[in-house]
Amino acid sequence: MPFMQRTYDYEEFEYAPSPEELSGQSTRYPVVVVGAGPVGLTAANDLVYHGIPVVVIDEDNKVSLGSRAICFAKRTLEVFDRLGCVEPMEEKGVTWNVGRVFYRDKEAYQFNLLPEEGHGHPAFINLQQYYLEEYLIEPLRDNPLAELRWLNRLVDLETHDDFVRLTVATPRGMYQMEAEWLIAADGTRSTVRKLMGLDYKGKQFEGKFLITDVVMKNEDFPTERWFWFDPPFNPGYSALLHKQADNVWRIDMQLGRDVDVEEEKDPNRVLPRIRAMLGEDADFDLEWISIYRFHSRRMERFVHGRVFFVGDAAHIVSPFGARGANSGIQDVDNLIWKLKLVMEGKASPQLLETYNEERIYAANENLFHTETSTEFISPNTPGQKALRNAVLELSREYEFARPLINSGRLSTATIMPDSPLNTPDEDEWNCRLIPGAPAEDAPVVRGDERSYFLKQVGGVFNGVLFVDSPQAIPTDTLADLQALAQKDVPIETKIVALEPTEATEYEGLPVFYDADGYMKQRYDATPGAYYLLRPDQHVCARWRSFDRAKVEAAQKKAGYLL
Amino acid sequence: MNGKLHTEPRIQNPDPLYKALSDLHDGLSAEESLLVDSKLIFFLINHIGDDAVVMEAIERVRRSTRSAEA
Ligand SMILES: Cc1cc2nc3c(=O)[nH]c(=O)nc-3n(C[C@H](O)[C@H](O)[C@H](O)COP(=O)(O)OP(=O)(O)OC[C@H]3O[C@@H](n4cnc5c(N)ncnc54)[C@H](O)[C@@H]3O)c2cc1C
Repeated sequence: MPFMQRTYDYEEFEYAPSPEELSGQSTRYPVVVVGAGPVGLTAANDLVYHGIPVVVIDEDNKVSLGSRAICFAKRTLEVFDRLGCVEPMEEKGVTWNVGRVFYRDKEAYQFNLLPEEGHGHPAFINLQQYYLEEYLIEPLRDNPLAELRWLNRLVDLETHDDFVRLTVATPRGMYQMEAEWLIAADGTRSTVRKLMGLDYKGKQFEGKFLITDVVMKNEDFPTERWFWFDPPFNPGYSALLHKQADNVWRIDMQLGRDVDVEEEKDPNRVLPRIRAMLGEDADFDLEWISIYRFHSRRMERFVHGRVFFVGDAAHIVSPFGARGANSGIQDVDNLIWKLKLVMEGKASPQLLETYNEERIYAANENLFHTETSTEFISPNTPGQKALRNAVLELSREYEFARPLINSGRLSTATIMPDSPLNTPDEDEWNCRLIPGAPAEDAPVVRGDERSYFLKQVGGVFNGVLFVDSPQAIPTDTLADLQALAQKDVPIETKIVALEPTEATEYEGLPVFYDADGYMKQRYDATPGAYYLLRPDQHVCARWRSFDRAKVEAAQKKAGYLL
Repeated sequence: MNGKLHTEPRIQNPDPLYKALSDLHDGLSAEESLLVDSKLIFFLINHIGDDAVVMEAIERVRRSTRSAEA
C-alpha cells in the first residue's frame, strides 16, 4: 500500500509487559475487549463510564492506518457526547448536511440531511478514522479503570460457562488471562469468531473501488458530498468526493471489475484520473491510495455465552451509507448498560439476549440499505444497469424518479418498534418519536443556561415529566418521582416545563424550560405526559399521565429487572 | 393502498398498442431496448401509485419466469 501520509503523525503506543507476563499468574478480569478499533474503544469508554474496569488488547500499536471511515452520524455523536468525548471530534471534524448527485455532466438531485433546527449535533461530521480513534484513546489513557495493552494479540480462546480464558501473544512471549465477559471487537477478520468456529455469512460484491485521499491546496470545493454516476472523467462508473479534516479530500472511484489492482494503485495511473476529476487547475498532493472490494455479511448470532460480538466482527457492510463504524458504535451503546445491570445481579441474563435481538434487527436494516445502494451504484447485469440508468435519465425531467436515486442511504439511528423492551402505547401520540426510537434532541434552558435535552439524559433510566409549570405537579406525584429516583435501579426524572419558569430545580428534581417549543413538538408533549427512557436514551414507554405502577412495570420490562 | 393486480383482460386496443411498443424498440440495440423498457416501467409504476400492486406483478413475473426455466 503506497504510504505517503503527511497530515497525520502516527504515535506508536508503548507496549508494557502485563502483570500476567511478569508474574506468570493468570488474572480474572470482569471484562476484556479484543480490538482497539472505533468500536472496541467505544466499548471501553462506555464501560468506564459505567464504572466497570476494562482491559483492552490490540495486536497493533497505532490507530487505524490510511483511508477508512470518515462519516460519523448524529446518533454516533450523541453516544460520544454521553461518553464525554465528542468535543474534540466536532472541533476537528468537518460538518456537512448537503449532498449533490450528478449524472454524466449535470446535477440530477440534491438533498439536505438535517433540514430541521434545534439539534445539539449535526447530521454528520467527516473525520478521518485515525483522529476518531485518537480521541477515543485519549480519555482512557489516564483513567485508572482502563488498561490498554498494545502489541497484545489474541491467539487462543477457551470458553467456559462462567468465564473465558484467553491466550495472548506479545513481543515478550505468551500469557494467559481470564475474562468473566468478553467483547469481541476485533474487526472483520475476527480471531475470536474464528477460534470459536462461528459463521459470517453473506457475499462479496463484484466491483472494485479506488479510494484515494488527497490534500487540496485550493479550496473551491464546498463542504458537501458530491456523487457522480457515469461522469465524463470515469465513464460508465461512479465517483464520490468528500471533504475531511486538514483539507484532506476523500475520492472514491469505481473501477472495472477486471482491472489489475497493483497497476491501478500506481500513482502514475491515479494522478491523471484525479486530475480529470478535479480539473487542471486543482493543486493537490496524494495522501493515500488503496483499493477495496466490499462485503456484506453478518454472524447468525451476536451473543455466544459469555462472548459478545460488536462492530465489524459481527457484521460488515459496504461503505455506501457510512453504516460500518456508525452501527458498531450503536451496538456498544445497546450492549453496555445491559451488561452492567446483569453484572450487578439486578437484571436477568435474558436481558443480554435482547442485545442479540435488537442489534440483529439493526444489522439487517444496515445490510438491506448498503446492499441496495451498492447494487444501484454498481449494477451487476445489463438489466440492472438499464433500470439504474433509466432512473437517472428520468430524474432530470421528472421529480418522481429522484427518490429512487441511491448513492448511499446515510446512517440514521435504528428504530426498533417491535423490541421486547418496549411497552406499547396505550394513548394517542402525534409525533415521529415512538417507543423503540432514540429520544429526540431539542434545545432546553435551565436558569440562564442554554443546552440540549440529550445532554441531560442517559446512563441510567430517565423519566421526563412535561408540565406547564413545576408548581402544578401534585404532591403525591412528587413523592413518587422521588421514590423512583431512590430505587435499586433508579429512574431519574427530569421536569420539562412548557411555559417559561425561573426554577432550575423543584423538590430536588431538575427543571428545564422548552424555550423553543421543540420538545413540545417532537414529543407531542401535553402537561402531565411522562416518557420513560432506557439508559441508552431510547424511549421504552410513555403515557399521557404519570402512573407510578405503570412506570415501574415498564422499567422492569425494559431492563428484565429481577 | 394495497390494491390487487388486475389480471383480467383490460387492454382496449391491443394491436395498435402492441405496435407502438414494438416500434419503440425498432432499430435499438439490446442495451437501448432495456433502457426504454425500464423508463416505461417507471412511468407506469409511478402512474399506478400503489407499491403493493407493483410488488404483486413482480412476484407473478418471477414465478412465471421460474416455471418457464424449469
Ligand atoms: C473505504 C472505507 C470507508 C469507510 N467509511 C466509513 C464511514 O464513512 N463511516 C463508517 O461508519 N464506517 C465506515 N467504514 C467502515 C469502518 O471503517 C469500520 O466499520 C470500522 O473500522 C469497524 O470498527 P471495528 O472497531 O469493529 O473494527 P476495526 O476497525 O477493524 O478494529 C479491529 C481492531 O482489532 C484488532 N485486532 C484484530 N485481530 C486481533 C487479535 N487477534 N488480537 C488483538 N487485536 C486484534 C485490530 O488491530 C484492530 O485495531 C469504512 C470502511 C472502509 C474500508
